[in-house]
Amino acid sequence: MFGYSIADISNIVVMQGFSGLSMFTVLLLMALGLAIIFGQMGVINMAHGEFMAIGAYTTVMISKVAVTYGFVSYYFVFAILIAFILAFAAGYFVEFIMIRHLYKRPLDTLLATWGLSLVMQQIFRSTFGAKEVSAELPEWMLGSFNPTPDIDIPINGVFVMVLAMVVTAGVYLFMFRSRWGLRVRATVQNRVMAGAVGINTQKVDRVTFALGCGIAGIAGAAFTTIASTGPTTGTLYIVDSFMVVVFGGAASLMGTIASAFGIAQAQSILQFFMSSSMGKVSTLLVIVGILMLKPEGLFASKLRK
Amino acid sequence: MSTLNRRSFMKVSGALVGALLTAGIISNHALAADFPTSKVNTTGLAVTDTTVKVGILHSATGTMAISETGSIQAEKLAIDQINAMGGILGRKIEVIQEDGASDWPTFAEKSKKLLVKDKVAAVMGCWTSASRKAALPVFEKENGLLFYPTFYEGLEQSKNVFYTGQEATQQILAGLDWIQKEKNAKSFYLIGSDYIWPRTSMKIARKHIENKLGGKVVGEEYIALGDTQFGSVINKIKLKKPDVIYAAVVGGSNVAWFKQLNAAGLNSSKQTMLTISVTEDEVLGIGGENLAGFYSAMKYFQSIDTPENKKFVAEFKKKWGPSSVIGDVTQAAYLGPWLYKAAVERAGSFDVDKVQAALPGYVFKDAPEGSVTVEANHHLTTKLRIGKWKKDGQADVVYTSGYIKPDPFPKGYQ
Repeated sequence: MFGYSIADISNIVVMQGFSGLSMFTVLLLMALGLAIIFGQMGVINMAHGEFMAIGAYTTVMISKVAVTYGFVSYYFVFAILIAFILAFAAGYFVEFIMIRHLYKRPLDTLLATWGLSLVMQQIFRSTFGAKEVSAELPEWMLGSFNPTPDIDIPINGVFVMVLAMVVTAGVYLFMFRSRWGLRVRATVQNRVMAGAVGINTQKVDRVTFALGCGIAGIAGAAFTTIASTGPTTGTLYIVDSFMVVVFGGAASLMGTIASAFGIAQAQSILQFFMSSSMGKVSTLLVIVGILMLKPEGLFASKLRK
Repeated sequence: MSTLNRRSFMKVSGALVGALLTAGIISNHALAADFPTSKVNTTGLAVTDTTVKVGILHSATGTMAISETGSIQAEKLAIDQINAMGGILGRKIEVIQEDGASDWPTFAEKSKKLLVKDKVAAVMGCWTSASRKAALPVFEKENGLLFYPTFYEGLEQSKNVFYTGQEATQQILAGLDWIQKEKNAKSFYLIGSDYIWPRTSMKIARKHIENKLGGKVVGEEYIALGDTQFGSVINKIKLKKPDVIYAAVVGGSNVAWFKQLNAAGLNSSKQTMLTISVTEDEVLGIGGENLAGFYSAMKYFQSIDTPENKKFVAEFKKKWGPSSVIGDVTQAAYLGPWLYKAAVERAGSFDVDKVQAALPGYVFKDAPEGSVTVEANHHLTTKLRIGKWKKDGQADVVYTSGYIKPDPFPKGYQ
């Protein structure tokens, strides 16, 4: 077939399948934090990418410390944890300073958070320099895993995949199996009523926003293994993140997962058979088409207005 | 005892420095007096008896700050050194720095400001082709002088611009010849970011591979700027098994490309790659371990082992910190102020028309990259080098070509 052997083609099918799954988990991790903030609170957080950058820079800094003190092989665990904590704290602070004054004006949050993203980019630039930096990766995360000599499964892809599953499970447990999640969902459904039964809705908002930012931090930490870390790194992710969330239907976790899966598979397969840019363009066209027919996204939440 | 020694040393050296300074000032005054302002500045530029204003126009903010910071640093270093030697025709260079902010219309606007309001005698600036194309009409209309540092796609020549980087054929042809001979390469996979420079470069590369080298291009691929997912592209490459990947991916995509290539098992032990878009600056972001063993084709590498380059590297690190690195474009930016100084001195005037006419033919012998010659088409004759990357982010220069004349409008390649 086209001058390739059957073995060649089956190897490529396996690796292509993995690359689709890998892209799915990357998109999912990117979009999860945004889905919580946008979906649960209706806040359009244009600075989402910059919270990822917080995570990425945290990882780079910790990797430097790790190289100095010789714990390179397992620093990533700390890096992810600290990335989450720092991004969570930054989100908590931003909500308190800025976002909470803008809940009644959803479009203004768009402008304000965009401004915030510019401010944060310049802070990164002034603090860490304009040039891109890279985290020293532990030896075990480099290279690929070979089930057969001709199949390469990237280890960093597997790592991102596992992390995405853990985080998604964590978010699910938090939203649907914990008291906090109950309060968040109650506040989303009916803010006044939730307040009346004694839920501190302001605090719920703050924690929800901070949680979304914290997850962005985790994503940023994970992406140091596959992409770049620089002051404007966040801008590489923001468009894809919004695409996943909007396509999935704003207020639904399942929607985000389904949409990340669909977009990743479509893009991955189209990019294999077409050129890379054309693959991306075609994916976008399909998304635009579907959104025209179903403006509320794949999984619309059924809210009583 | 030791304090006494130190004190007397300070006294002596202080006196010495003082004497040198006075001598410098006197000779400067003498030099400036030899070239009265009314004679050397007949067009109303910002040139006084003691100073000359020169603009620096790069992006200090925005996406391109990553790349352009090095150029700003190199230009400032060169200007400091020129001033320490007494300036140009006895006049110290006064820098007016403007920020292009990674926004192309801003480059045009700031060019206009520098030329019309500040009346600068020359501008060191622009980085991307887009910013140069935006500023070019302003420089041509106001008859300004621009020194442009980046290697670029060619197909341009303006009397108002001197191009201190390489145009496409200088960077591409000799590199392809080398890798074909060295690796006995027959099949090539071309991959680049999706904009003018990679596309023009790949067009030239394809023509050269097919018509001159008798090789085969098995794939040609362009990646949207900022795309970070290379899984499918890498699988395509694995299916085609090219002898050489020829790459011109830039920006954040570049980092993702190398990281994912390595993670997918295509490291330098299995795959030969020659890239024209990785300098020491990019290695910081990509990480040396992801690049080790791959090749770059550039005219300059920080590791070039000549006294001129060692001096340049030492002084650059002294001014900008020991961890700073110097890439190809940074070195080319360093040439700008020196070429301008030479041109003014050859012309005996700051007038733009005279400076333009005086520079072609000049040979800058002590450039860090080695001797360069300014040609009549305003580009430089330079050598091409192939560097093999090491884990520590430096490159071993494994091949140096002879001098290559610039050919911005290559026949048979368009």
